Amino acid sequence: MEKSMTMRKWFWVWEFDKEETWLNEMAMNGWLLESVSFAAYHFVRCEPGTYSIRLEMHPADEEYVSFMEETGAEYIGRMMMWMYFRKKVEDGPFDLFSDIDSRIAHLDRIGKLLQIVGVANLVIGVANAIGPTRLGWINLLCATLLMYGLGRIHGKKEALEKERMLHE
Amino acid sequence: MAEMMALTEATYYILLSLVRPQHGYGIMQQTEALSHGRVHLAAGTLYGALNTLCDKGWIIQLPVEDGSRRKEYRLTEQGRSVLLAEMKRLRELVDNGERILRGE
Repeated sequence: MEKSMTMRKWFWVWEFDKEETWLNEMAMNGWLLESVSFAAYHFVRCEPGTYSIRLEMHPADEEYVSFMEETGAEYIGRMMMWMYFRKKVEDGPFDLFSDIDSRIAHLDRIGKLLQIVGVANLVIGVANAIGPTRLGWINLLCATLLMYGLGRIHGKKEALEKERMLHE
Repeated sequence: MAEMMALTEATYYILLSLVRPQHGYGIMQQTEALSHGRVHLAAGTLYGALNTLCDKGWIIQLPVEDGSRRKEYRLTEQGRSVLLAEMKRLRELVDNGERILRGE
């Protein structure tokens, strides 16, 4: 039986919860996330269902990593702005966020980044479209996609804010 | 004005845990013990809250001892008065609830 494998898979930023669910399903099936690289996930064999995986958009932060390790989580690695952690199921429940406010703050971080990159693409796209290169449409396409992503993040945030009116 | 607003459960228990110096994992454990397992602080939530509370001056980070990577925090005088004000507010909520449900 194979001991390790690599899977190529693409998730959009706004699908981070889908990505997390998929990684946990892999762990349920005996494949534990070992490291991440661009659009690729490297797994090793594990006892099915012994680990939980969590991911979070967080700027590079050594302090945060050691804080997480202090609480019993293992740092798997980072890809772009995303940090991946795992924790043994027997060491207790594993969540990164335990209240609505911090979930909203996380979505805000993601939204802010999408907005910056989206606006940059829009500006470059418009500049190129009227310039000599005529390649501006690529940036405009990117900007459209990022704005769509921003809409998806905003939708998730609105649902949480509604909840926040009644609970914390 | 913001100082008069209700604290979240997480903030309340973090402040309460820091009456004595405590590190992050200690705060999580103490909160669970105090609330008999009802309130669970996730690491990401706690980390963000500790930074915010330090910025507000309600808690301070203690100097790190040699050979230890764990950071300890402690409640400040300002944090203590925030905590006392919150307890007063909570008492009022419960008192009002009891009084009205008793039909006075």
